[in-house]
Amino acid sequence: MRSATQDGALVSLRGVRKAFGSIEVLRGVDLNVAKGQVVAIIGPSGSGKSTILRTINGLTPVDHGVITVGDITVTDPRVDKVALRHRVGMVFQQYNLFPHKTVLENVAMAPIQVLGEPRRQVEERAKDLLAGMRLPEKALSYPGELSGGQQQRVAIARALCMQPEVILFDEVTAALDPEMVKEVLSAVRKVAEDGMTCILVTHEMRFAREAANRIYFTDKGVIVEQGEPKAFFENPRDPRTIEFLDKVL
Amino acid sequence: MLEVFRQFALDLKASGINLTILYDAFDFERFVSGLMTTCALIVICTLFSILIGGAGAAVLALSRGPAAMLVRAYVALIRNTPLLVQMYFFYFAVGSLMPVGQNAIGLPVPMIGNFTWAVIALSLYAGAFNIETFRSGLGAVHNSYEEAALALGYSRFKAFRYVVVPLGLRFSFASLANNLVDLTKSTTVAYAIGVAELLYVSNQIWSDSLNTFEMMNVMLAIYLLLTGIVVWIIGRVQAAMSLPGFGAN
Amino acid sequence: MSETTILTDIFRWLPFVLWGFALNILMSILAIMLGTAAGVFLGFGQISHVRLIGRISRLATQLFRNAPWLVLLFYCIFLMPYSFTVSGVTYNVPSWLRATLGFSVPVAANFSEIVRGAIGSIPKGQWEAAEVLGYTRTVTLFRIILPQCVTRMLPPWMNLYALLITATPLASIVGVDEALARTQAAVQSEVQPGFLIPMYLTLLTMFFLYAYPISRVSAALERRFQTV
Repeated sequence: MRSATQDGALVSLRGVRKAFGSIEVLRGVDLNVAKGQVVAIIGPSGSGKSTILRTINGLTPVDHGVITVGDITVTDPRVDKVALRHRVGMVFQQYNLFPHKTVLENVAMAPIQVLGEPRRQVEERAKDLLAGMRLPEKALSYPGELSGGQQQRVAIARALCMQPEVILFDEVTAALDPEMVKEVLSAVRKVAEDGMTCILVTHEMRFAREAANRIYFTDKGVIVEQGEPKAFFENPRDPRTIEFLDKVL
Repeated sequence: MLEVFRQFALDLKASGINLTILYDAFDFERFVSGLMTTCALIVICTLFSILIGGAGAAVLALSRGPAAMLVRAYVALIRNTPLLVQMYFFYFAVGSLMPVGQNAIGLPVPMIGNFTWAVIALSLYAGAFNIETFRSGLGAVHNSYEEAALALGYSRFKAFRYVVVPLGLRFSFASLANNLVDLTKSTTVAYAIGVAELLYVSNQIWSDSLNTFEMMNVMLAIYLLLTGIVVWIIGRVQAAMSLPGFGAN
Repeated sequence: MSETTILTDIFRWLPFVLWGFALNILMSILAIMLGTAAGVFLGFGQISHVRLIGRISRLATQLFRNAPWLVLLFYCIFLMPYSFTVSGVTYNVPSWLRATLGFSVPVAANFSEIVRGAIGSIPKGQWEAAEVLGYTRTVTLFRIILPQCVTRMLPPWMNLYALLITATPLASIVGVDEALARTQAAVQSEVQPGFLIPMYLTLLTMFFLYAYPISRVSAALERRFQTV
């Protein structure tokens, strides 16, 4: 079921707190992402932005707060994890492709083995996705034979093959050589323009400005400021935001 | 012996656990002497085997000719043949060639006793493994450190001594700990040539008092303790020598 | 006495000793099979999320890794029954079989560590990627992690076998009639003094010729898999 919560948000975080040992990484985060929105989370390292992403699909459990994705309450201890992972896809900074499987197998295996979908259908879909990522000829290659940029695009195809409602992108260009960053950002752009709800953690400011509908700025575990890209980058209001943008732009 | 222990041991005996070493003075003494012999073997052979390991690794690193070949042959021989056979070879075969002296009352006394042969065999055995340990520890030091030293005018030998060795040592600790634990366990093999170490005296005790099960368990516990101490000592040395921010240790 | 008579004496005893060596090989093969199987379970147990299983497995692994092989051998020889009766038929457990079981225990403990180390060397990202795709922990272990572990486990496993074959002569101490025991028997029955050293050298050579090729293959495999 693809219904939204009462204020139209597909993904919603309320009062989320998380500490690792004695270090408080998230100190009360509120976030709403509507269906079809492209949201970018930026901020200095250690501000908690990757952690926010990882709480949304349940990779990192939270200490306090409520997180919902559609009608699934992530913070419920009895949440159906398979349903959640079907709904929410994720692409990692280190791509994390499975080295012992071919590219096609990497993209197709989860829908077949986890969701039980018929092999034929899934493989067709996988081939289309690889074509969309401009890698149709690499279907039978192994990840080790591909460049970093190609591997990351395969990782995006893998997340898409599960047919999620929202995809989380965790600093997906940070580990790439500069000349490959552009091809991956184009792929992310395409996914967003095709209507997928996307939440990105990134430090590619120009990309965030061009591709996102909304920017969130985190610092020390809270969301300090948010807004439309144009207003956000041209007229930041909070002094912490101004200081950060000063350093990175 | 403390009366408290004695009473405790007699109580245990009444309930079925017969630990003669705790209440019988003779058994207690021979048990302790066996333990001391084992500890002496461990300590002495550790020292010699580390010296052999260091010298062998230095030869392998610095020379390419016959000396290195000899060291490699020695390591290959020791690692691919049984320790027990090596020990018998030294004690019986080589020992039969040694001149025989005379003690005070004119009885023949072998020049080199079984304890000494055990030390020789165990040191050579552990030494071979240590050569391999130190060799790969030195090999794990990145070339760039040596190159920097050479560029500063150090000779190959000086670069080795002042730069490569101190760094390589830090990489060797885990493997060294393994070898010394193996050495601790291998001291039991000296039983076969009549050295009165822990296993030997325990065997004597359980043959006399028929408390095989109890003595076996005591032995197991003591060897656990000994190997634990060895690992702990190496850990302390490693911690004392650790360099902040260097290496994956 | 001349060189040739020593040599002919050695050749005379050789078949006898070689048959004993066959027992060493048999013991080692059985022990590596048993120990590997048990070690896999122990290894999985060590990484289990069930606290009790994890604790017991780790304890057992540590206990049997740090115990001397000879002590474990004694343990098995003395405390294992000499025979057992199943549905009226009594089977004798020969001493070489009891020794083999005694060897399987440290092999299992060592392999348990090899398994644990190999699984631990797979980057955490693999577990996470599988998790976000909806795979359970068990399925991830078998479909994704373990296939990548096999090549990592092969060289240390072969090293373990080499260690095992050189440990088998310990069985002579507990009465098993293998190669070392037979060499000693040969030496004791040949009166001439010059026989001792060549006979032991022959035994050392036998073990070397068997174990050295295994070590070389293991080292070559390790180099080959390094690039993975």
